[in-house]
Amino acid sequence: MKKREKIDGKVFLLIITILLFLVMYAAGLIIFKSKGFAKPQVFLNLFISNAGLIVIAAGMTMVMITGGIDISVGSIVALTCMMLAWMMEIKGMGAVPALVIVLIMGIVFGLVQGFLIAYLKIQPFIVTLAGMFFARGMTAIISQEMISIKNEMFLKWAKSKINLTFLGGTVNKKGVVNYSFIYPSVIIALIVLIGIFVLLKFTKFGRTIYAVGGNEQSALMMGLNVRRTKLLVYVINGFLCSLGGFLFALNTCAGFVEQAKGFEMEAIASAVIGGTLLTGGVGNVFGSLFGVLIKGTIETFITFQGTLSSWWTKITIAALLAFFIILQSLFAKAKEKH
Amino acid sequence: MNKGKAFIKRLTGYRLFLPLFCLVLVLFSNLIKTPGFFEVTIKNGVLYGYIIDVINRASDLVILAVGMTLVVAASGGTDISVGAVMSVAGAVCCFILSGGQQSVNEFVNPYILGVLAAILAGILCGCFNGFLVAKLKIQPMVATLILFTAGRGIAQLITKGQITYIRVESYKMLGSSIPGIPIPTPVFVALIVVLLTYVLLKKTTLGLYIQTVGINAKASKLMGIKSAMIIFLSYVFCGLCAGISGLVASSRIYSADANNIGLNLELDAILAVALGGNSLAGGKFSLLGSVIGAYTIQALSTTLYAMGVSPDQIPVYKAIVVVVIVALQSTELKRMVSKLQTNVKSGKKVA
Amino acid sequence: MPNEIVLSMKNISKTFPGVRALDHVDFTLRSGEIHALMGENGAGKSTLIKVLTGVEEFESGEIKIEGESQMIINHSPQEAQEHGISTVYQEVNLCPNLSVAENLFIGREPKRAGLIDWKTMNRKAAELLSKLDMNIDVTKALENYSIALQQMIAIARAVDMSAKVLILDEPTSSLDDNEVEKLFRLMKRLKADGVGIIFVTHFLEQVYEVCDKITVLRNGGLVGEYEVEKLPRVQLVAKMMGKDFDDLEAIKKEGKTAGKSSEAVIDTKGIGRQGTIKPYDLQIYKGEVIGLTGLLGSGRSELARSLYGADKPDCGELKVNGKTVVLHTPLDAMMAGMAYLPENRKEEGIVADLSVRENLILALQAKRGMFHPIGSKEQEELANKYVKLLQIKTASLDTPVRSLSGGNQQKVILGRWLLTDPDFLILDEPTRGIDVGTKTEIQKLVVQLAKEGVTVMFISSEIEEMIRTCSRMAVLRDREKVSELMEDELDQNHIMKAIAGGGTDE
Repeated sequence: MKKREKIDGKVFLLIITILLFLVMYAAGLIIFKSKGFAKPQVFLNLFISNAGLIVIAAGMTMVMITGGIDISVGSIVALTCMMLAWMMEIKGMGAVPALVIVLIMGIVFGLVQGFLIAYLKIQPFIVTLAGMFFARGMTAIISQEMISIKNEMFLKWAKSKINLTFLGGTVNKKGVVNYSFIYPSVIIALIVLIGIFVLLKFTKFGRTIYAVGGNEQSALMMGLNVRRTKLLVYVINGFLCSLGGFLFALNTCAGFVEQAKGFEMEAIASAVIGGTLLTGGVGNVFGSLFGVLIKGTIETFITFQGTLSSWWTKITIAALLAFFIILQSLFAKAKEKH
Repeated sequence: MNKGKAFIKRLTGYRLFLPLFCLVLVLFSNLIKTPGFFEVTIKNGVLYGYIIDVINRASDLVILAVGMTLVVAASGGTDISVGAVMSVAGAVCCFILSGGQQSVNEFVNPYILGVLAAILAGILCGCFNGFLVAKLKIQPMVATLILFTAGRGIAQLITKGQITYIRVESYKMLGSSIPGIPIPTPVFVALIVVLLTYVLLKKTTLGLYIQTVGINAKASKLMGIKSAMIIFLSYVFCGLCAGISGLVASSRIYSADANNIGLNLELDAILAVALGGNSLAGGKFSLLGSVIGAYTIQALSTTLYAMGVSPDQIPVYKAIVVVVIVALQSTELKRMVSKLQTNVKSGKKVA
Repeated sequence: MPNEIVLSMKNISKTFPGVRALDHVDFTLRSGEIHALMGENGAGKSTLIKVLTGVEEFESGEIKIEGESQMIINHSPQEAQEHGISTVYQEVNLCPNLSVAENLFIGREPKRAGLIDWKTMNRKAAELLSKLDMNIDVTKALENYSIALQQMIAIARAVDMSAKVLILDEPTSSLDDNEVEKLFRLMKRLKADGVGIIFVTHFLEQVYEVCDKITVLRNGGLVGEYEVEKLPRVQLVAKMMGKDFDDLEAIKKEGKTAGKSSEAVIDTKGIGRQGTIKPYDLQIYKGEVIGLTGLLGSGRSELARSLYGADKPDCGELKVNGKTVVLHTPLDAMMAGMAYLPENRKEEGIVADLSVRENLILALQAKRGMFHPIGSKEQEELANKYVKLLQIKTASLDTPVRSLSGGNQQKVILGRWLLTDPDFLILDEPTRGIDVGTKTEIQKLVVQLAKEGVTVMFISSEIEEMIRTCSRMAVLRDREKVSELMEDELDQNHIMKAIAGGGTDE
């Protein structure tokens, strides 16, 4: 009995999430056994195809902990990919300067949104809604046609496999051993994840983010700089969006207007499923990682199943988001009564 | 001098000043750039011309803006799912009328059944949003974000990922024109929706309640007004409007195109409300303001099209307009500006 | 030396537009002293605290603090804290989602290699709290603990950061007796450590239990500083209310209703609500004006709200006109013939952007239901009638109510409720913050209504007004109904004695 008391709402939500992931993965192992779901590579692919999302969900988690939200992330990813493609392919720039420019673009975007939200106190939703349409529109202004990336260095970044020999491999017909592998993007994503975790847990800035989300007024009274903290959160988020966009581009190697549509929903859903409260103050990047993995697993299911339309991913994610939102709301109500 | 100032103050203080001013500005700039903008001709018994096009195309948006106005007024939040709900309504209607086939040349089911089903679908979406916002107290934008993304997926599922065509003349009428009447049908539909809403708000207490709840929820409670119910109803109504708008949009292209019906219209609808002089924080609202706002935005879009801007690119300009309007509404900005002014003044004194 | 002066404020003045909020106020605090700051609404307590902590600026006067030769002016709570002045409010200003340890150390976390050292922080927090006799798990989130503990943690944080002056602004308002006891133990402990404590409260008992000195303010002016032992309760109440206790000259009662009947309109048995009002029995008879009196925070409004269903009571039984009813919402209460004019006009009364006409008809409309709209002609007639009846000064019926004066706004809300033709009308501070002329009008109206058979519950901080209008009074103290006063007992001495309670023999 006593132990039960100790588990509070936020831990409980996180446990539900991890359990959900394990159950789903186990179900996959059983249902798609014959199609090779058990291969380590299937699991690694979750990270490979969602490296960008992991980074962006980490940023979203930060934003949501402050009690804010950012629905411009999908469009910023599209803009990032398009800018990269356009600069390298049309303008003939090198991969490195192009990367630097998009990262700066992300920071500037975050700076503007952050200023409007933190200093002019405009609702984050309105600001980032405008940001969402702005970035998507800018993508179309750069080019309405799809641009494929053929820059050599970029493709090298994208395609250099890192073999995980310890996981073993399979031998194909020609006798070549195929090890399980990841791309560098996964490593970047994991570094970012750990970095944000440390930032949130072990720095004054990180704790201030939680304080702002817990009770903005109190944070102010305790002498914390609320406005600067919020601004910085949006700036970091902007940077992570463009970095995530870069990782996204490594997967798709192209830029086009419709890219990453609905990405904001995936990022928000990952954070919420991972235990981040919509009301702010509570959240954890590793929870969000599980949110991303759940989304990835759903996608894998749909791929393995083969006949379902990809729209099912969006619908399932939305349903999961709705489910977790209702769960949160019930928890909040129970707490109030308590 | 003072009299002039007072006049300007009175003029700008007038509630509908902002939307009317913007509308005049957009129309005027057209007059200069495109001399033929106001020309109206008759082709095939239907009025034709830029200005008619604006009024016609704006209809979907006007209907959406009506629902959005109520949502904003009651809850101080916005419903960003309206575009997606439009596509759901369109898909439902076409699915019923085609009986699930990809293209039909005559109705499989009665027309009215399709219309009712579409409207019902809109209302159901509104109920879902309303439940999350009013009952579970979830921030309106997050709540409606769910359908914003999933809505088009649902529409895709209904149409099985393809575009369902209804090649029946009578189906096209709602979105184009009825033979013998020179004015496009959507104009009438918008007019009817606006009028009915106006009557509904005036003849029942809904309008009064919505404003009361939006301005002071605590006082409403003590006066026996159920604020959660009112907020719920405003979302349901918004869903209904999105359903009707979706029907019109689907009829225009006599098909259900889940990807494109109502695309980017949520921003336009919010913009129409803001441009109509309504505070996005809720409270007192002007339906007429939002309607004028909607026509202004369509005029802006048409103008930009005429200048060769593609539909994909237009959101850039609209996003800027949104930010400028809400920034101007921001009390923080006013405080900053007045602080700056006093600083400058005192600086001068010291010097 | 334990009794040196740690804080002195001299000749502090502050004006808000139209109001002299502080008029040459002096205040002195010594170390190791608990000093009560008392006064009724608008006395200037909170303004004085705000001036001291830098939330508001002051116009003239000086503030000195021990150890600093210069006089100081604080521009923000942070600056005040740097000068050794910390405040703990009724609303705990901590973050519920952070751990106790973090709440104690946020902004000044112990670090190792540039990163927060959680181990040290938790250890230090536990040490700090155990020094103050709180042995709790500091790693748990603050929200897991009771308000009282949260408050004590807030105090611990304040004391640890700067220990000279601690301001406790109504810390006990939402605590139960047991928790108050704990808080007092902590206060006494800090006092022994030499901290100077300013204690703002409305509870007389508590003042006499822990305080050494009392400074009384009234209408922005200083009434005086007193030793607690030398100031009997009744005297304190008299000083706060601005009436000399010995001044026995009775105020004339004019045209008061004698229309009593034996018919109980309201009859409650043990109605109460945890943490807001202790269970009470109260009978109210048709056509009487029953006054609720007591100091601010004594539970007057809470009692009224529990009757009206605005804050649903969690125990007891209510009979209206002899029938047992359960009121879940204000609408139920309205249907049972009640009306409630709330204490806070701006936040709970007016719908600022709506017109006078709309504000007037809203309650009646709600009572009739959504699908029975009041026609515009009827609206106009009703609104006109009440604008005339109550002499509401407005440019037109369509003027937004926000542009009316406070008194006229209040009349609009009064009109709103009269329109519903109530049997039982609750008026919570109907005359606060409005001009004298309107005040008299409202008082007369109340008496008139009672004559016509409406039962009225009248709540006010002004004793004279109560004497003039009420035919009976219920007295509240510390969130409990303590006694009733009959018509022949309604004079200032009796009332003040009843409000002060205990120790009146001095």
